[in-house]
Amino acid sequence: MFRGLFRSERARREALTAGQVTPDPSRCVQCGICSFNCPIGIDVRRHAWLGQPVVNSRCLTCGECVARCPRGVLTFERTNLFAERKK
Amino acid sequence: MTRYLLIGTGVAAISALEAIRSVDERGEVSVVSDDPHGYYSRPGLAYYLTGELEESLLFPYQKADFSRLNARFYRARVSHIFPSEQEIELEGGARLPYDKLLIATGAQALPLKVPGADLAGVHKLDNLADARALLAHARRGRPALVTGGGITALELAEGLASRGMKVHYVFRSERYWPAVLDETESRIIESLLRREGMTLSPQTEVTEILGRNGKVTGARLSNGKIIPADLIAYAIGIAPRIGLAREAGIACERGILVNERMETSLPGIYAAGDAAQVYDPAAGKHVLDSLWTPAREQGRAAGRNMAGQPTAYCKSIPFNVTRLAGLTVTIIGAVAVPSPLTPLPQGEGKPPSPLPPLPQGERNAPSPLSHLPQGEGNTPSHLLPSPTGRGAGGEGRGEGDLLAIARGDSETWRELPHAIIAQSGFEVNRLRLMVGKTHLLGAIVMGDQKLSAPLQKLIREKVEITPIRAQLLAPDAPIADILAGFVRRGNGKQGN
Repeated sequence: MFRGLFRSERARREALTAGQVTPDPSRCVQCGICSFNCPIGIDVRRHAWLGQPVVNSRCLTCGECVARCPRGVLTFERTNLFAERKK
Repeated sequence: MTRYLLIGTGVAAISALEAIRSVDERGEVSVVSDDPHGYYSRPGLAYYLTGELEESLLFPYQKADFSRLNARFYRARVSHIFPSEQEIELEGGARLPYDKLLIATGAQALPLKVPGADLAGVHKLDNLADARALLAHARRGRPALVTGGGITALELAEGLASRGMKVHYVFRSERYWPAVLDETESRIIESLLRREGMTLSPQTEVTEILGRNGKVTGARLSNGKIIPADLIAYAIGIAPRIGLAREAGIACERGILVNERMETSLPGIYAAGDAAQVYDPAAGKHVLDSLWTPAREQGRAAGRNMAGQPTAYCKSIPFNVTRLAGLTVTIIGAVAVPSPLTPLPQGEGKPPSPLPPLPQGERNAPSPLSHLPQGEGNTPSHLLPSPTGRGAGGEGRGEGDLLAIARGDSETWRELPHAIIAQSGFEVNRLRLMVGKTHLLGAIVMGDQKLSAPLQKLIREKVEITPIRAQLLAPDAPIADILAGFVRRGNGKQGN
């Protein structure tokens, strides 16, 4: 059981480290919940307005903004960095 | 040097301002608005009510952003537009000249017209001031009554419920939002609301608001019941704010009529956002949207045109994401289900059957340029929203509480597509597709949103779905899996 838990946690973390937060501006209403919930204060909403992925090097890819957005604006998109490692 | 004047500080106006600055760095821009709070996320008010958001976060722009845009902001109500003098007059008599004028005055809530509606404790949700007033009156454990159909009424109900109020939600239709949702979808939302502890009274209206010493104590309903309430909130539809434009002699129907360059009937005057009624080539008529993204796009097109860069606004397939009873819901394209008068394929289990021919016939869209004072085309009148913006409720389409249009709403969703309905899902993950002859015409995605981005593309770009059409329409077809497979094979992928 613990092994299963570990595996799913590992998969989750891998997804997080291999991804960047990417907005779909057409879904965004600039409510600011994403920026409000970013633990290190990145203005995610501004990225959504400009249609730019969050490439801020301080981004932890913790997923708070993705999970809290009420309109599904944000997704993790794989960066190429770890593409080969993940078969 | 061009003098630009923008009336309004909503997203349409701000987006126009950005667009002007992207073309013209030197022109003089003035922005006038009667909203003391300037630019903020109007849809975000729903999340401010639930407590998910602090008020300060509603403002996307900081001082530095405004100074970068280099405009002069006036907090004032505009009392007149004088097109022949190219001036506007502010309340108090001051005048401002312009070369290019944008009217982005937005829309406002239709008033609740029942006795007692003027009592303290009766609320609407147009702006930040309204949201503040609601929160100041909300008391944990006390009863509240919310009335109206559509998204805003539900946002009010959910906001008050999450502040601990005991919410009684009253709506006129037989089920929640029948103009857009089908029966199953309405029932899903209703059961989630009940689970949250709300009391629902469908097919009911508020006939009188009761009070003591000028304050609300409750409401009398059309079924004779008296419901105690400390607070009453309503959202029965909105009306574009077109008074200024109409008085200035600008052509209006329910909104300010504009062509695809967002020009009104008078030279040098543009309109965008909720106040504008834009030409929809697909429907062959001018329609109203009350959505954030179209307002932003219209503002951008207006701004570029004002600054001398010809830009067409092409109304795309209407699209909105919202949260109903905690469930993310994406609405794309034409999703209306036929009125109860028309037989329709109902419920899971039964095979979907083709809809009977619809009265619209083939729409012959007139050329977008030839449209301005033109009427509503050949659409049978019973399918049209009321031209006055009133009385559309209940007319033929079971609109219930919504008079013409509400916030977060698009009239285009109510177009009856020549489509067969394919549906699947249960409880909180549901997918409904409107399947046309060669492509998808609309979709509602509730719950899991994985398919909503690819569906947006499939519908907007009219991607041919012939290879999977028969599969989608098979009885009890796993339509989500079929679509996912179709997308995986390279159809409707994002970003190409």
